[in-house]
Amino acid sequence: MSAAQPGSRWLLARAPVWRALAAAAPRLRRGRLSIDEAEQALDGYQSLARDLASARQQLPGNSVTLALESLYTSYHAALSRAPFRAGASLLQLFRSEIPEIVASLRTHLLWIVLLLALSAGAGWLLIATYPELVGLVASREQIDHVEHGELWTENLLNIAPSSILSVRILSNNVMVSVFAVCAGVLYGLGTAYLIALNGLMLGAMFAFTHQHGLDGELLRFVVAHGTVELSVICLAGAAGIALGESLIRPTLATRRESFQHCAGRVGKLLVPCALLLVGCGLIEGYVSPNPAVPFAARLAIGSAYFLFMLALLSGRLFGRGRR
Amino acid sequence: MEQGEFRIATATGVDAALAIAGPGVRSYAFVIDWHIRVLLAVAWYLAAALLINGSLATPVGKPAPPAFVFGALLPALAIYFLYHLILEAALRGITPGKRIAGVRIAARNGGVPSTGALLLRNLFRIVDSMPLLYVVGLATSLFTREHVRVGDLAAGTLLVWNDARPAATLERLATLSPDAQLAPAAIDVISDLLARWSELEPERRAALARALLLRLDPAPVIAPLEALSEAVLRERLERLLQAPRAAS
Repeated sequence: MSAAQPGSRWLLARAPVWRALAAAAPRLRRGRLSIDEAEQALDGYQSLARDLASARQQLPGNSVTLALESLYTSYHAALSRAPFRAGASLLQLFRSEIPEIVASLRTHLLWIVLLLALSAGAGWLLIATYPELVGLVASREQIDHVEHGELWTENLLNIAPSSILSVRILSNNVMVSVFAVCAGVLYGLGTAYLIALNGLMLGAMFAFTHQHGLDGELLRFVVAHGTVELSVICLAGAAGIALGESLIRPTLATRRESFQHCAGRVGKLLVPCALLLVGCGLIEGYVSPNPAVPFAARLAIGSAYFLFMLALLSGRLFGRGRR
Repeated sequence: MEQGEFRIATATGVDAALAIAGPGVRSYAFVIDWHIRVLLAVAWYLAAALLINGSLATPVGKPAPPAFVFGALLPALAIYFLYHLILEAALRGITPGKRIAGVRIAARNGGVPSTGALLLRNLFRIVDSMPLLYVVGLATSLFTREHVRVGDLAAGTLLVWNDARPAATLERLATLSPDAQLAPAAIDVISDLLARWSELEPERRAALARALLLRLDPAPVIAPLEALSEAVLRERLERLLQAPRAAS
């Protein structure tokens, strides 16, 4: 072996610098550096880039090269990280981003509402023409209740307390919304199927209750929570369709990039959707099954909550559009 | 791009690199996490049911009382379903299973993904777990170049090897004498052997130490290497790293 090893000399001479940079890395990852510290980190990042390039060439596969790779990546990630302030980010989400996303989904929303209306019409027609098929959309218990002249929701509060009812309903609705968005990955078909199925069941149940003169009662039950609940499911459906479209007609260089970009954008819609569904669950658990609440009050709650939803989704609730 | 490596373009012109973890280690981490969350959820459910009901039996044919639903059932379900999301957000892309498997979730710039990205990644488990036993997730992680599941594709995340050694490697290097004149590869091998000394079997580490000393140590042979104890062999390796070499 030779007496002098230039590679070793360079390695050992640079070692204290790398050790200092490695020691500073955890603090850099946590953020909140002073200006001097940030400048030092930037200098360190640049010197790491030079050293890594040399190490890759001179010492490929060496553990020091691998250590430098890792250190360099952590410096890059820390320095290229976007600034984050939770409060400001949330405000921006609700004031600017959500309204913009909703506006960009207008066409998708229109198609989804049309699909829901058409499938509801189809459901009504199906049960009106073939009443015996109601078993496809309603359980035996529901059918028995209606055939005995009362809705299955009649004694709901005697079966389960409002709090449990609310949690069960809201978790189910949130799951449906999440599924409506995620099923868009099947080129939008999963979402379309889900919305069509929901519309079909809605129409069929109204037709079935209409045959027994209970459609007014069903409307009375759903009017307080139904408008927002259906709107949110349509919104989630529109997001799912947009996700499918990003795969069918990518707007970026690759389908993966287009899908990722779209998922990151429409995924934000799930935040207000989940919040609104919590409200729907509470109304459906406490107001809708309560026979003491008159129709006018239900209508008022439903309308007010719908207006609240519009204000939330348009950003007006958070000052969007104010001078 | 090398096999199993994700390159990140940087402003310096020198690419950063992440070592992509494959489907095997992904499954390994998931299985560990699945067992932990099932155990936690069941433990909570049983303990809370005992406290609230006084027995493990739940009333049959009657609706469960609110105290049981909110104290036992819902928290157990929350533990099971929110385990990944909460731990990944709190532990910067790592769960106990991932820590044991030596991997972490990374954003495409190499850093910790945002909470939004982690949320999206976990919501897409609905798709990845279809039709059963994570068939979709496993298939996509087998056949995509970056070995990612649908949730990773949506959130822009990667599962990468979490190399915890760099600080220790550089720390060890900095303690060496600047005059040491061994070749970098020799420094690497000796340092690695010393770092793994306690993990290796005594006969194996002694044999490796003798082989290295025979090739690299210029010190005069006073006693045959076979006669030296483990402690002496280790000491000579450490001295070899510290001392400047005699001119050969």
